[in-house]
Amino acid sequence: MALFEARGLHKRFGDRVVLEAIDLAFDAGTLTGIMGPNGAGKTTCFHCLTGYHRPDRGRIVFDGEDIGGLRPHEIVRRGVARSFQAINLFDADTVLDNVVVALPEVRRRVADAWGDLARDSGAQDRAAEVLARVGLAGRERARAKDLAYGERRALEIALALASGPRILFLDEPTSGLGADGTARLGELVSELKRTLTMVVIEHDMRFLFGLADTIAVIHWGQVIAGGTPRELRDNPWVARSALAEDPC
Amino acid sequence: MTAADPAVAGATAPAWRPSPAALVPGPLVALVAILGTAWWWLPKVGLYPYLGVEVAIWMIYATGYNLLLGHSGLPSFGHGAFFGIGAYGYGLVQRHVVASLWLDLAGAVLAAALAGALVAAFVSHRRGIYYALLTIAFGQVAWFVSIKWHSVTGGEDGLLNLKRLPADLGVVAVDLNSNEALLAFVLVVLALVVLGCWRITHSRYGRALACIRQNEVRARFLGYPVWRCKASIFVISSAIAGLAGALFAMAQQSAYPNVMSLHQSGFVVMMVLIGGGLVSFWGPIVGATLFILARDLLGAYTETWLLWFGLVFIVLVLFKPEGLAGLGRDLSAWRRRRAMARADAR
Repeated sequence: MALFEARGLHKRFGDRVVLEAIDLAFDAGTLTGIMGPNGAGKTTCFHCLTGYHRPDRGRIVFDGEDIGGLRPHEIVRRGVARSFQAINLFDADTVLDNVVVALPEVRRRVADAWGDLARDSGAQDRAAEVLARVGLAGRERARAKDLAYGERRALEIALALASGPRILFLDEPTSGLGADGTARLGELVSELKRTLTMVVIEHDMRFLFGLADTIAVIHWGQVIAGGTPRELRDNPWVARSALAEDPC
Repeated sequence: MTAADPAVAGATAPAWRPSPAALVPGPLVALVAILGTAWWWLPKVGLYPYLGVEVAIWMIYATGYNLLLGHSGLPSFGHGAFFGIGAYGYGLVQRHVVASLWLDLAGAVLAAALAGALVAAFVSHRRGIYYALLTIAFGQVAWFVSIKWHSVTGGEDGLLNLKRLPADLGVVAVDLNSNEALLAFVLVVLALVVLGCWRITHSRYGRALACIRQNEVRARFLGYPVWRCKASIFVISSAIAGLAGALFAMAQQSAYPNVMSLHQSGFVVMMVLIGGGLVSFWGPIVGATLFILARDLLGAYTETWLLWFGLVFIVLVLFKPEGLAGLGRDLSAWRRRRAMARADAR
C-alpha cells in the first residue's frame, strides 16, 4: 500500500477546471517526480495534496488516514512538509531562528507564553544539525533575506526538513538556480532520498530523470503518463510532447 | 523516526546562538525608577502627579496594543472599544455588583477579554486591510452602543462619580484617592504588564506570532495554528486595553463614550508608530510619553497641538516608518560604522 495516495482529485476555480481526476500514489522511500507543461495543474495538485486548497472531489490518504479537507497545520503535524515555488521564509530572522521555529518540539509548545525560546539550546543544536545537512553550517547568524538565492532554496528545504516530515513535497526546487546550484541541490536531494519519501515537481528534466524512481506526467489536469524514467522516455506521447527531450 | 533524526547523531553546535532576553529588562528598571519618583520631580519641573498617572495608563494600553500591531502585524484600528469596555466594566461592576478594587478590575478585564474574543472570532481569518476595516467596524459599533444605551452606559454623559476604591492587600488597605498613591498603584500594574508582554514577546508563543507577521503561509505550513494564535493575541491585547481603561476610569472617576471613538483609537496607533513599536518593544512606552507630554505641554500654548503632532506623525511615517526607535537604531549603526572607520584609519 502506498504511503500517500490521491484518488479522483478534482479542483475547479469558478468555471475553470484545473484538476480533472488526478490519481497518484507515492510509495514509502521513493522519489516521485511530477512533470508537465506550464499551466498543467502541477502546483494546484500540490496545493490540494498539502491542504493549501480543499479539493472539490476525491480522496487524499496518508498512511491509511483520509486527510482530505484537513487544514494545512493539521496535515503538517501528521508528517507532510513542503517547499514553495516562490521561496517562503521568515526573511527578517536569522537562519538559525528560521529553522528553530520549524522544529516540532518548539511548535508543540506554542502555547508557552513565558519561557524564553532563545534559552532552548537543545532546539538550537538540532536546528544547527539540520542546517549542516543542507550545507548552511556557519551561516546561522545571517538574516534569511541576506542569503544568496541558492542558499535561500537550501534554507527553505531546511525548514521543511526541520518540521520532521515523513513525506516531503518540493515545488520546482531548481527554479532560478544556476548549473552549480542545481548540481548541489541534486546532491542534497539524493542524500535526503535515502531517509525520506519525496515528491518533486520539476521542469529540469535532466535533474528529475537523474533522481526520480517514478515520474507522473500531468497535462490538462490529468495524469497522462507515468512510470520509471526509462519507461517514460519510451512513452510515445511524452516523446512527442518533447517533455523528455534529451533528459540525460 | 523523522527526517531530521539522522542528523541528530552528528550533534552539531551552531556557530552562533541568539542572546537570551533579560529576565528583568534594563529599560523597565529605568522606567520604574523614573515614574516611581515622579511624585517628587514632576511638581519641580512645573508638572503634576496626575500627568504621571495618565502617562502610565497609556503606556499600559500602548504596550498591550503593540503585541498586536508591532509584534504580530495585526492592524486593529478600533482598539479604543476595549479600552472603553474596560472603563465601563469597572464602573458597572462597582455600581451594580460589588465595590471592591480587585473584583472591579477583574470584571473590567474579563468584559474586555470577552468582547475581544467575540471580535477575534470574526477577524482572525482575515489579513491586512480587511482585518483593519473589520476592527474599525466593531469599534464603531461599541462606541455607538455606549452612546445610545442610556440605561446602562449613561449615554453621552457616561458613568459619573465612580470611586477610587482602596487596594485591599489583606493586612492593609491602601487608599488610592490621592494622585500620588494612584500613580504608585498604576506603576506596579504597568511594571507587571510590561514584564508580562516582554516575556510573551520572547516566548515560543511570541516567536510564532512574529513568524505569522512575517509570513503567515509559511507559519501555517510549519504546523502552527495561525487562526488560534491570531485570535488569542487579540484577546490578550484586548484584556490589557480593558485593564488600562479600568485604571483610566479610576483616575478620571468616570467612564464616558469618547474613549471608544475612532479618533481615540487612532491615538494609540500614533503612540505606537511614533515611538517605533514596529521595530522596538519599548517604542510604545516612548510614544505614549511623547503623546501625553505633547498634549499637555503643546496644548498649554495652542489648541491646535494635535495638528502639529499630526504633522510630525506624517513626516515620521513618510521618512522613517520605524519611528523614533528606528531613528535611534540608525544612529547607533552610524556610530558603529564611524568607530570602525576610525579604528581602520589608525
